[in-house]
Order: sequence, then structure tokens, then C-alpha cells
Amino acid sequence: MKFYRSHILLGMSETSIEAGAKKIELALKSELSKRNLQDEIDVLETGPLGFFAKGVCLKVYPENVLYENVTVEDIPELVEEHFLKGRPVKRLLATTTRVEAYDFNYKERNVLENSGIIDPEDIEEYIGVGGYEAWEKALLKMKPEEIIAEVKESGLRGRGGAGFPTGLKWSFTAPIDSPEKHLVINADEGEPGTFKDRLIMEGDPHKLLEGMMIACRAFGANKGFIYIRGEYKLCIERLKHAINQCRSYGILGQDIFGSGFNLDFDIKVGAGAYVCGEETALIESLEGNRGNPRFKPPFPGVKGLWQTPTVVNNVETIANVPTIINKGAEWYKSLGVNGATGTKVYTLMGDVAMPGLTEVPMGITLRDIINKYGGGMLRGKKFKGALVGGAAGVILSDKLLDVKMDYESLKEYTAVLGSGAIMVMGEEVDMVEMLWSILRFFRHESCGKCFPCRLGTQQLYNIICKIRDGEGKEEDLESMILLSDAMVKSSFCALGQSPYMPIKSSILNFRNDFLKRIK
Amino acid sequence: MKMINLTINNVPVEVPEGTTLIQAALKAGFKVPSLCWHPDLAPTAACGICVCDVEGYPVPKRACATPVTEGMKVNTNSRELRELRKTILELVLANHDVKCPTCVANGKCELQQLAYTMDIDMEKVPKLLEMKPIDYSSPSIVRDTNKCINCGRCITVCNDIQTVYALTFADRGFEAHVDTAMSWGIGNSACVNCGQCTVYCPTGALREKDDTDKVWDALLDPTKHVVVQEAPSIRASLGDEFGMDMGTVTPGKMYAALRALGFDSVMDTNFTADLTIMEEGTECVENLKKHTGKPVITSCSPGWVKFVETYYPDLTPYVSTAKSPMSMFGALSKTYYPEVHGLDPKDIVSVAIMPCTAKKFEAQRPELARDGVPDTDIVLTTREFLRMIHEAGIDFQNIKEAKPDEGMSFYTGAGTIFGATGGVMEAAIRSAYFLVTGQDLENPNIEAVRGLKGVKEAVITIPGFGDVKVAVANGLGNARKVMDKIQQQINETGSTEYHFVEIMACPGGCVGGGGQPFGNGIAQRARRGEALYKEDANMDFRCSHHNPEITKIYADYLEKPGSHKAHELLHTYYFGRDKFKGQVEKQTTGLDSHH
Repeated sequence: MKFYRSHILLGMSETSIEAGAKKIELALKSELSKRNLQDEIDVLETGPLGFFAKGVCLKVYPENVLYENVTVEDIPELVEEHFLKGRPVKRLLATTTRVEAYDFNYKERNVLENSGIIDPEDIEEYIGVGGYEAWEKALLKMKPEEIIAEVKESGLRGRGGAGFPTGLKWSFTAPIDSPEKHLVINADEGEPGTFKDRLIMEGDPHKLLEGMMIACRAFGANKGFIYIRGEYKLCIERLKHAINQCRSYGILGQDIFGSGFNLDFDIKVGAGAYVCGEETALIESLEGNRGNPRFKPPFPGVKGLWQTPTVVNNVETIANVPTIINKGAEWYKSLGVNGATGTKVYTLMGDVAMPGLTEVPMGITLRDIINKYGGGMLRGKKFKGALVGGAAGVILSDKLLDVKMDYESLKEYTAVLGSGAIMVMGEEVDMVEMLWSILRFFRHESCGKCFPCRLGTQQLYNIICKIRDGEGKEEDLESMILLSDAMVKSSFCALGQSPYMPIKSSILNFRNDFLKRIK
Repeated sequence: MKMINLTINNVPVEVPEGTTLIQAALKAGFKVPSLCWHPDLAPTAACGICVCDVEGYPVPKRACATPVTEGMKVNTNSRELRELRKTILELVLANHDVKCPTCVANGKCELQQLAYTMDIDMEKVPKLLEMKPIDYSSPSIVRDTNKCINCGRCITVCNDIQTVYALTFADRGFEAHVDTAMSWGIGNSACVNCGQCTVYCPTGALREKDDTDKVWDALLDPTKHVVVQEAPSIRASLGDEFGMDMGTVTPGKMYAALRALGFDSVMDTNFTADLTIMEEGTECVENLKKHTGKPVITSCSPGWVKFVETYYPDLTPYVSTAKSPMSMFGALSKTYYPEVHGLDPKDIVSVAIMPCTAKKFEAQRPELARDGVPDTDIVLTTREFLRMIHEAGIDFQNIKEAKPDEGMSFYTGAGTIFGATGGVMEAAIRSAYFLVTGQDLENPNIEAVRGLKGVKEAVITIPGFGDVKVAVANGLGNARKVMDKIQQQINETGSTEYHFVEIMACPGGCVGGGGQPFGNGIAQRARRGEALYKEDANMDFRCSHHNPEITKIYADYLEKPGSHKAHELLHTYYFGRDKFKGQVEKQTTGLDSHH
């Protein structure tokens, strides 16, 4: 094995590739060769580093230097100055807050612990950092019921939005005697502004696979599917690659580790309909049908994919499982508050200094997330509100900046953690526009099956358009709340119940924005 | 069966496990309002009108799809539920082309009835509707998306019950709508014109293509001689519209009403039903004698014929070449009838009153025409016929019964039971038995092939031949099951266990036809079917071969069953069709010189 003086980590994600990361990698390598440094400096592809809106970023170890907005033209200077002469290039350095936030960010990582550090396309690197140890432990040293008990004990709850206890979900399906059971991973991530699952899968695909394996063992499935949206090309590529690696390493397949347990995974690419994030609609789509939700009961845990008992879990949920098995439920519980255990991955965007991905323990306040992990408000803007939990979430006002971000605390304010999307809005954001955009989204994404949703989303959109065009009346605000409330009570699935929260919270918290358009 | 006890609006009720709330409520005496639920169909749970409060649940539950549980406490009519239903209904009306006075479903429309009971203020209803063109591409069915409420019943019946797969939801959100493949229109789809979608549509979005104007034009044209025939099931499907008991058989009033409308000659499809038995029965007996190992499959149901052409073209050689009773009548009305009465065939307008939308398609088949003029000029469904009776102001209930014109109207019990599933089979067995043994069956009632079971099988022992295995299927989904089996047996062994197979496209047979009055569910079909069997039981002649007019037409004109003349007038051939557009790809039978 060769030893290198320095390692340059180059985050390869859909966004950084778009920004030219591949070209920069080539330029970097050829420049290093030109200077005969190829045996001293190693260029490593990793998963996403977790930053956005800052072009291509390079992290250099052991110097712990972070460069941002690097272009191909910068490379000769960078190599000469930093790697030949040992003087970091100041003009490309990230600000101190960014570096601090970056380091701060990594301390509490669990799901994303390897993301941005190891090469996601190399199973050896995953194994090198302790990967698949949890799978071995779960398969060879634990009984399925012990796995479920451990996950139950950990308090892990679904990270897709609803927050259903994961161990409990498995325990419903585990005792059912069925020749076939399925695990389906919901990687359809359709909540606007949410891309945590993409980055988990891009950064550490094996983490997801390992969690899936443990889950399958726990409730007795021999086949797992990852239902992933078609736009996630790099994820699909990396997951396919990772699954093939697992097969060739004997981690997946027949009689794994001599245990007699058989398991295989497959990937189903979806077309990106929002409603296919609803688990029964997802199952319909997976079966090849139109993605309309099914009536519950029967629940998927009893009759799901092809009428077999099926557990549907979110990517992030499952990516938590290997750590729980490795470090134990007690350790996991030590993170978080208020019955919300472990960490949560947030996608932080909008008017923050450092939009991106962050993983923090449950119960951190919104203020802390914005200030500590997001580097504060963008250009010192005044905070107006934040849309938490995606389009189906709540627009929080500044009064709630110090609410702890966990299931129960948010519930007190009829808010939800949702998918973990946090869209921060500065003072100039007009809530009418915001709500218009949300309602347009729902109108487009309703599957069209159920009357209250199909017609209600259209009527809500018509009303907000009227207000936006300056033709609204004050009573329109009330009628939007009433209609969306009726939709909560009569819609078939969660989609039709979703417009209520953004409508109610935006009208309640930012009524003046609406009145301005009306008068 | 495990029983579940629950209370609905404080009324205790006991129902079997697996019952849904909406059914349990019916038993308790409450009809929970709904726009999409129908007792014959699996719930789509689309409309949300049937939401009910269930104790212990934070939000109301859809009664149509919620299974009952022990000790459940349900309220079907709270203040909040009323508000919810009103809100949804207003939105439905906001997206509905409200043209009640001129709508074909007026008075029978479930949306109209619900809106009436709920005190909706149309002034407060928002406007969401964007008008779309009406689909007139089919000779049988008209689809008006502007009246469609997206309940999905048509799709359920087309896909799950009939397995035709002509209809589906397309697009999403507000743009979601019922459509055909590639939006090519119902006439350019796999649709077999069975019309079950029109029967189950809660509004007037799906309806028959109205041809009443054409009939009025012919009737009011003094140069035309208008001949009319009525299918067996019609006589059991008119009375209840006029306050008589469901399933009252009213042939005399039916003839009288037709005379009152001004038809020049009123005869009866039942006569050609008997004639069909003579031709088809002979074909069947010949097939038995030859021990071909292949079945003879009935051909009277035009929805079925297009279905077999589309989905099983390889089985069309086993479909009886005998035309349907309607088309036999049509052919004779343009040949035998004018010859006997000294009329010019060109002056004859042949009208058929059918329980069936697919008959409109059948009448347009080019192979069922003479010199480009169809044998059957106009087909009216039961619904159109009823509208004509209403328009003419005929007091159906009190009209004096009349007799039909002689020549092509006398019928036996065998002819009349054509209208119910299993009827053709029973009629054919009666005559086949006679053709082989020279004797009539001691008991002409073949109970094994009666009733609404999807697939019925029986073995009939005919002395001198042996055991004859028959199968009867009603509804195309059931037909598919039988065809899959026959196809597999023939492909694997070269022969099948079945000798004679009856298929009716519509559940229940013709009494459940797609042209029957709206709201004609399984319960109504059963009553109408029973009524036809009762008429049969009370008849003097119960076998087609004893029909004196049949004997006469063979003696005077057709020689004998299967004769050259009979083939020319009473037999046809079939095609293979593509599954996307339902269009003819190639002729599959009748290519070699026949018999």
C-alpha cells in the first residue's frame, strides 16, 4: 500500500459533477503528474461533501483545508502553491465559518458518517471503516426478534415524514407466515426541497444496503427493492454498482456467510410522481400500475407488494440501522430528546449563508440549525420564516425559532418534522408567492383519484391565483382554510391532507402579506 | 362465518366479517350517500362522499372501503359530515357540465339525486369546468368527459369485470380523466361495445349513441316500410319503467306500443332465436358426430364476438358461423319478407330493439350487408325505445295488448330464454337432443346452466352419442377464463373437453345488457332472467324445432338447416383484430369453400 503525504477529497455528487468536478479531477491529476507529485498526493473521489451553491469544493487532509468554487483554471496555481510550496491558496479558501460549520457538522454524523470521506464506489473502503460488521452481527449472532427488539429499543422512527416507529412496523410483519415477504425502500424523495436521501445514497450506498439487509433479516424478507426516482441517475448507478459488489463478495445472494439466509436486492426506477412517495401508491407503481394509493386496511405490512407482507421504509430510516446494531440502542438513545432519538438529516436551503446538508441530533432548535450549521442568514438578512418539512410542512415564523426540532415539540405547534427540508426565507419573501407555488405543486401532483384532493387542490389553486392577481377578498383566506380542512377530513391519502398546514400556517403567521394583495 | 356486531346511528347490526361499513349501514337501514360506490363493483373509494364518523378515529372514514370491526360505533350523519359532503359535492358540481334537462341520465343520475337531497346553492358553486370535446368515435357508445365525475366505475367494470381494458385513467391531478389508449377515442380502442360502462355510469357521461331520430324519420316517411324486431330480454325490461313489478314480461304491451309508434310490421327476434337454434344446433350436432375434439362456441353476443376477434383470434374458427338472431332477422327482412309481401327490399327499413349497445356495432359490420345496405338498418337500445314511448306519450301500463304480425314472430320457450345467461345453451340442448335421438327431452329444464354464476359447466348424456360437456360463461372476464382453458387444451393436446360453449358478454346475459335501463344491477338482472324462465315454463312450445313458423320458413324458403340458402342468408365469418384500435387485421374464418 502506498503512503501519501496529502489526500485531496473531491466530492462527487450530481451537483458537483454538474459544476465540473470530473474535469477538475482530470486537471488535478494531470497537473500533479506534471509536477511529479502523483505518488505523494492522492486524489480521492468521495460522496457529496454536503455543500451547495459553492461550486466544486476540495477538502485536503491532513492540513484540513477547504477550498471552494474551484475551477480548472485554478488548478496549476493550486498545485504549485499548496502541494509544491505548502502555501494554501488564500483566495480559494472557504471562510472560517464554513470550515467551522463543516467540522462541526461531521462530529455528530451517523447516517452520513462516511459520506464525503470514503469512495462510495469502492466496497473495500466501506468495509475498511467497519462496514458490514453490523450485517454479520445481525445475521450470525442475533436472532431476528433480537434485531427487532434492539431497533424498537433504540426508538428509531421513520424519517420519511410520518415518524412511525420502525421496530414496531417490522414487528407487525415479522410474525406473519408467508412464503414471500418484501422490503421496499422508498427512495422516491419527492418532497420539494428535500434531497437528503439522494446524498445518503450518493455518498454511502453501502450504508443503505447494509441497513436493508438487517431489516430483511429482522422480519424475514428475501427480496428487497429500492424504488428510486429516475432523476437520481448517479444514485442509481452507484446503488447498482454497490449491489453487484455485494453479490460478488457473497454479502448478498444464496446462503450468505454460511447462514442459510438468502437475500437479493433490485432497483426500480420511478418516474418521479410526488404521490408515489405514499407507500401504497409506491407499491402500485412498483407493480407496474398507475401510482394511485390503495385503501388501507389491509396495510402493506399484511398485504403489500403483489399481496405479500411488505415493509416500506425510507432511505434515511434504514441507513440508521447499521449504527444501531453496531453501537447498540443505548448509544442511539443518548442522542436526541423528547422521545425522538438519534440524528436527523436536514436539507437546509434558501436564504442561509451555507445551504446544504446537515445531520444533527434530534431536538436542536431551528435557530441553532440556521446559525451553527447553516452559517447564519444569507448576507445578514432578517429571518422571516422557514418552511419546515417540505411542501406539506408548516411555515414557521420567527416566534418559533427556538422550538426544538423533534416530533413531539413540533406537534405542539401543529408542525411536523416531515422529510427534514428546511427552506429559510428572508424578509423580502412574499408568502402569497410562496403559498401559490406550494398550491400549484399540489394541484399538479394530486394523483387525481380522490374527489376532495383532485378538485380541492384545483379550487385552492384558483383562489390563490385570484389573490395573487389582486382580485381576492379577505373571506377567501377563510375559505381556503375551511376547504383544506375539509380535505384533511375526507381525502383518501396524505396528499389531499397536505395543503392544510402550509395554508393555515402562512395565513396565520403572515396574514399581512395576504392582506396587502387584497387591498 | 365469523359475525361482527356493531352499532350504526345507535342501531345494532350483525354482519359477516369482511363486510364494509356501507353494506352494514344498508342492513341497519341507512343508505350512506356515495357517488362512486356500487354494490356490484369493488369499491374505488374515490368520491369521499360516504365518509362516516367512527368512534376512536380522528378523521372520518370512507364507509365504502372500511371493513367493520367488533364493537364499532358509527355515525353516518353528523353536522360535520353533512358539511363535508356538501363541500365535496359542490366541487363535483363545479366540474360537471350541468345540463340536467336534456341529459340522457335525467331522473336516474346519482349526482342529480344527491345534489337534490343536499340543498346545494348553485350560486355558491365555484366554476372549475373546462369543456372538452365529446367522443363520438364509436357507433355504440358516446363519452362526454364534461359530465364525467371520475368515479372510476366504468374502468372497474371494463377492466375487472369485462377484462376488455378499453378504459383507463390518464394524466394526473385536476387533469386526470378517463381515457382510451392514446386518446384515440372509444371507437378506435379495444372496446367491444358491451356498454356495461354506460349501465354503471352514475351520470350521463357514458351513454348509447342515440338513433331515435333516425327511427322517427323512417316512421314518418310514407315511402318506407318499417319492420321492427325486439330481442328476447326487451319484454322483461320495460314494465318497471312504468310502475309495474321488476321483471314483468309484457310482450303484448310491447307489440302494442310499437304499433302505436307507427311501425308497419311488428315481428319478433325470438322467432330468429329459434332459427338460430336450428342452424347452430345443427352445426353443433355435426361437430359432435365428427368427433373433432373442438368446441362450437355461440355467436349471438356481438360484444363477445368482437372480444374473441380481438383477444382470441385463434379461437374464431370454433365460433359458430350462425349469425345472431338479430342479423338473421335482418337478412330475412330484406329477402324473405319482401318476397312474401311483394315489397321492394329498398323500401324496407329494418329496425331492431335490443338490450345491447354492441348490436349497433354489429349492424354496421360490412359482411352483414347486402349491396352495401345493412341488413339491419337501425338498432335501438331498450333505453332509446323507452324514450320513444315517453316521447309519443304512450300509456304503456294501460295500453291494450296486441299481437305481432305473422311470418317471423312466433316463438317458443327456447327462443325467449335467449335473454338470460345459459338460455342459448338450454335451447340448443333441447334441439340437439332431438336432432340426435329423434325424441324430446323428458325434462326440458336444464337447471345446471341457469343462474348468475360466472362459469357454469354441465355434462348432458345424449343416447346414441354419449356425454356432451358444455360450459356457459356470462361476463367477458368469465369468458376469458373459459377461453384460456380451451386455448391451453387445444394448444397442448389438439382438442378440448368442451363440446358446446355459450358466451354472453354481459353479466347475466342480455337481461343485463349494456343498453338496458340505467341502474340495471345484478339484482335487477336476476329478476328479469327469472321472468324469462317463467315465460318459457308457461309456453305450449318449448323447443325451437317445434315452432310452426320455423317449420314453414324451412319448407317455403330455407330448405333445411345448413342448406346452401341458409348459409347464404344465415351464416357469417370472423376476423382477427388488433388489441390497440380494435380494427380488422385479417379475415380468420370462411375463407375456404364452406361446407
